[in-house]
Amino acid sequence: MRRAVIAFTAFLGGLIFLLAGPAHAGPADCQGLRGTLKLQGQPVNGAKIAVTTEGGQPVKEATTNAQGIWDVQVEQPGKYKVTLDVGSLPQNAEVRGGNNVRTPTVYEGNCSTVLFALQPKAAPGQAPQSDGGTTFWQQAAQLTFEGVNLGLIIALGALGLSLIYGTTGLTNFAHGELITLGAVIAYAFNVGFGIQLIPAAIIAVIVAGALGYGQDRLFWGQLRKRGTGTIAMMIISIGVAILLRNLLQFFFGPQTENFNDYVTQPGITVGPITAAPKNFWAIGIELTVLVIVGIALMKTRTGKAARAVADNPALAASSGINVDRVIRIIWTAGAAIAALAGVMLGLSQSLKFTMGQDILLLIFAGVTLGGLGTAFGALVGSLVVGVFIQVSTLWVPPELKSVGALAVLIIVLLFRPQGILGRRERIG
Amino acid sequence: MDWLTILSTTVHAAIGWETVVYGLAAIGVNIHFGYTGLLNFGQAAFMAVAGYGLAVTVVVFNLPFVVGVLVGLAAAALLALLMGIPTLQLRADYLAIVTIAAAEIIRLVFRSVYFKDIFGGSDGRRGFNGDFYAMNFLYDPGRYGIGPFGFDERTMWLLTVGWAVVLLCCLVVFLLMRSPWGRVLKAIREDEDAVRALGKNVFAYKMQSLMLGGIIGCFGGFFYGLYNGSVQPDVFGTEMTFFAYTIVILGGAARVFGPVVGAMIFWVLFVFVGNLLAELVANGYIPFMTNIQVGPVRYALVGLGFILLLVARPQGIFGDKREIAIDAR
Repeated sequence: MRRAVIAFTAFLGGLIFLLAGPAHAGPADCQGLRGTLKLQGQPVNGAKIAVTTEGGQPVKEATTNAQGIWDVQVEQPGKYKVTLDVGSLPQNAEVRGGNNVRTPTVYEGNCSTVLFALQPKAAPGQAPQSDGGTTFWQQAAQLTFEGVNLGLIIALGALGLSLIYGTTGLTNFAHGELITLGAVIAYAFNVGFGIQLIPAAIIAVIVAGALGYGQDRLFWGQLRKRGTGTIAMMIISIGVAILLRNLLQFFFGPQTENFNDYVTQPGITVGPITAAPKNFWAIGIELTVLVIVGIALMKTRTGKAARAVADNPALAASSGINVDRVIRIIWTAGAAIAALAGVMLGLSQSLKFTMGQDILLLIFAGVTLGGLGTAFGALVGSLVVGVFIQVSTLWVPPELKSVGALAVLIIVLLFRPQGILGRRERIG
Repeated sequence: MDWLTILSTTVHAAIGWETVVYGLAAIGVNIHFGYTGLLNFGQAAFMAVAGYGLAVTVVVFNLPFVVGVLVGLAAAALLALLMGIPTLQLRADYLAIVTIAAAEIIRLVFRSVYFKDIFGGSDGRRGFNGDFYAMNFLYDPGRYGIGPFGFDERTMWLLTVGWAVVLLCCLVVFLLMRSPWGRVLKAIREDEDAVRALGKNVFAYKMQSLMLGGIIGCFGGFFYGLYNGSVQPDVFGTEMTFFAYTIVILGGAARVFGPVVGAMIFWVLFVFVGNLLAELVANGYIPFMTNIQVGPVRYALVGLGFILLLVARPQGIFGDKREIAIDAR
């Protein structure tokens, strides 16, 4: 036991040392305007942006780089006018709302972010019968594809959450931070150590699994042994979430980052869908992992034991199942899968210390829709939530798409609180 | 090392605006969690709709201050209905999930570019507290205090009104919890089914508790906006709710003055640790940290302290262990 503690501490120390490097690149000496141009999650390269003073005096021009980022430093704080040259955008892109001028204020020693939301250009008049109809359906197909990708990432997170809930009764509000942790560890190996992303991701999944094991062995397991109630553990998990999130912010910094590899890829077109190859690969990997975990749950001894523990821990224990061992395996697997979800999320969007917190809402929506505590319900629910909120951006501004997840949550709880695959007795 | 600044800000924190704002939030949480056993993890949402209700009414619609306060209160009551109806008949985790989600969603809506004309995007709204300070009839312009400790007339006015509201809320809680109504709430916390068997409408009581706690928390939102002269969406994040819980558990759940004492201790510690760390970093005593990193460290310490508190002494300073609703049911 003591050895385990020492090893764990040494490991954490190493991690801290490792992560401390990139953290120093904070936004210290910055006074100006910056922003990122993205079209459907893909960075827009080569778009021209002109910054002038409020009176119209030209200050500087900038062009977005391969990550879609532009940056203009200014001498004087004050109000500026930022104009996006619509002609320099890709042919299929336009500014949402049509307004390509922003008037942000620069404060002394601070960088303001200027937002230009881009959307695919739609043909005028989107009546389903007219020529515009194909554009609408193409867009719907594209969004469905992206929704499946998002839904599978949510499913990876939801699977771990659901398994841990099922076996221990803990609604773990710190699960989002496990997702961020996976992404940040992969980032540390990828960018800090210069290891290619795929091995870095594998290392991250293994490390996160070990951390999940350690977390249960040294913390949650001890609490269970003390007889701490599930409600108490749920409240404690919020404390854990705050602790982890702020530690991650300490090491990682408040900025948004990207992995070194696979950031920009030319899209390939399959039927009505255009997407970077990494997205197809991501969907493949996510599906494979989900299927493997599903088969493991149905066919292996440990999987059957896990389901038995989820059903009735006391009965499982009395029929010779080592409940603690099963729970430990579930924690290890759950944390490892969460880490994979984090890497995939970082790959398809970008990395930030709040990424896990943000997706946790969608995970909860997915889990509740599928039925709290059912592994397969979590999969179905997550997919539905992912596709639903992505397709809803046809009508809803993308920054508000998560609102749909809350709507799903509330409607499900009103009409079928046990979810799609849940059982009635679990809810009351 | 500027010990005088550290000392004076720490002393100010004990009775300052943060203590008022979070004390009110915590009194609300205490009604939810301490007395009724409801896990409302969205207290920040009540404060946000209150602050924004006031700000938007005054700034965007140019209506008087009092109308703004009424709009804020109505919004909080509506929010309680919206979150309570689907969840209060289900097990405790569902309310927790829905409230935490609702708080995030409300923050996202307030900061969205789409509603920028109403809520002002991520910059929020400002310029709605003039009427409040114009009502100041007690203090002439000047500084009130002893030596390095003291406030100007505006802060004095805000603190006077704020502490009056805090004490009033404590009185309300004290009287209500002695009444039959309050005893039903505590009974619900202990055994919901038994209360139902006695013919009480548990759902209605829980809903009333959620509303009352939300409305008290809502005053915290008002005072936040009035002191800072602005409301920004990102202030009302999960951390705000979490601080309120830390305060309740620190002071002792299900105790009338628990949240108030908890808020004082919490803010004294929080401000002291933050200033001390910032000074240590600025003077080069902690070489591996930058000043930007002080914020996260201080929040992480709160998280750690919260975990240790719940593990080691869940009843806090004044509480009774038998009265804490943290056992599985």
